[in-house]
Amino acid sequence: MRVGSIVIDTARPVAVQPWYEVVQQTLKRNDVKLVTYVPDKVFTPLIKNLHADQDFLTFPAAREEEALGIVAGAWMGGRRGAVLMQTSGFGTIPNVLASLVVPYQVPAIMFVSERGTLGEFNLGQALVCRTMRPVLESLAVQTHTIARDDELEFIVDRSIKQALATQAAVAFILSPLLTGGKVFEA
Amino acid sequence: MRSAVASYDNAKVVNRFELTKRLVAKLRNEEAVIGGIGNTNFDLWSAGHRPQNFYMLGSMGLAIPIAFGVALAQPKRHVIALEGDGSLLMQLGCLTTIAAQKPANLTIVIMDNGLYQITGGQRTPAAGTADYVALARAAGLSKCAWAGDEEDFEKLIDVALAEGGPTFIAARIDDKPGVGTTDRDPVQIRERFMIGLGVRKKV
Repeated sequence: MRVGSIVIDTARPVAVQPWYEVVQQTLKRNDVKLVTYVPDKVFTPLIKNLHADQDFLTFPAAREEEALGIVAGAWMGGRRGAVLMQTSGFGTIPNVLASLVVPYQVPAIMFVSERGTLGEFNLGQALVCRTMRPVLESLAVQTHTIARDDELEFIVDRSIKQALATQAAVAFILSPLLTGGKVFEA
Repeated sequence: MRSAVASYDNAKVVNRFELTKRLVAKLRNEEAVIGGIGNTNFDLWSAGHRPQNFYMLGSMGLAIPIAFGVALAQPKRHVIALEGDGSLLMQLGCLTTIAAQKPANLTIVIMDNGLYQITGGQRTPAAGTADYVALARAAGLSKCAWAGDEEDFEKLIDVALAEGGPTFIAARIDDKPGVGTTDRDPVQIRERFMIGLGVRKKV
């Protein structure tokens, strides 16, 4: 349903607190205050709010591999960071996961906005989406697909703590069920 | 000082290991050094292991982003990325990120022989055509120079360490392979590095 320029997705319940505020607060609580990203439409409110929050250092990288290199270096230097990317961005990072993040035991914290499913209109996105979970599984990277508001904080908070404690990367795939995804009119 | 006039065309072709030894000899404040995949980290290792050295085993092109991350985490420590020209080509965009963020404690050193030396000496697509210092300047890095010769390289390093950056230094090097081989244990490399940076305590 469209009201003026705003698309209202009547199929989704309204959360008490938007997902992007929960992610921001949970990162902050876990002292993950360096965020680098290659942008995604769905992540727009999160990126905007992180930039506006003086507690965070937030900036774009030119490529997702680069963003992972930056947070890997930062973590080795004692500063925690996270990377935001789109599904297609994930498709560019398997080499870095396999040759840097996993073998060096770097607790990279990754948020992926899931495209390619639940109403995707771009076949290119739909196909790259299918490569994501098999890659993560083959590298034994802890992966959570988050679809529900009421599970978001628990999953992100506990999994960041686990990643740091066990020095193992974690990928949060934020489903359109959580974020609303990229809406189009068929 | 030749750096004022050094260019790709008049820069002396020098040796990677020789430059790396000269660089390491100048490090007196526990500066962190990230060696890129292959010969840059082999020569860094061969110049004498330091606790603040990090050696990549893969992730071609990420020496500069890793060094940038360390520089963000430890702003009082100078961090140096040693990278090859072929590796830089893999991740040229990172120069724009660094130019935008302006980490004063970061120096980038590019060893340019126009070759993928380690895979059989094939020419890079940029060999003899692209000017990496000009690319860095166009990316927004104002402190960038070709090293005219070994002494000029040392002077450029002195300035980078004393005045801060970010600084981009490129040197034309010969086609010699690295002189040794780094021990390839990633967890050991990472743990030693974190101890060297004071993030971990040696037990």
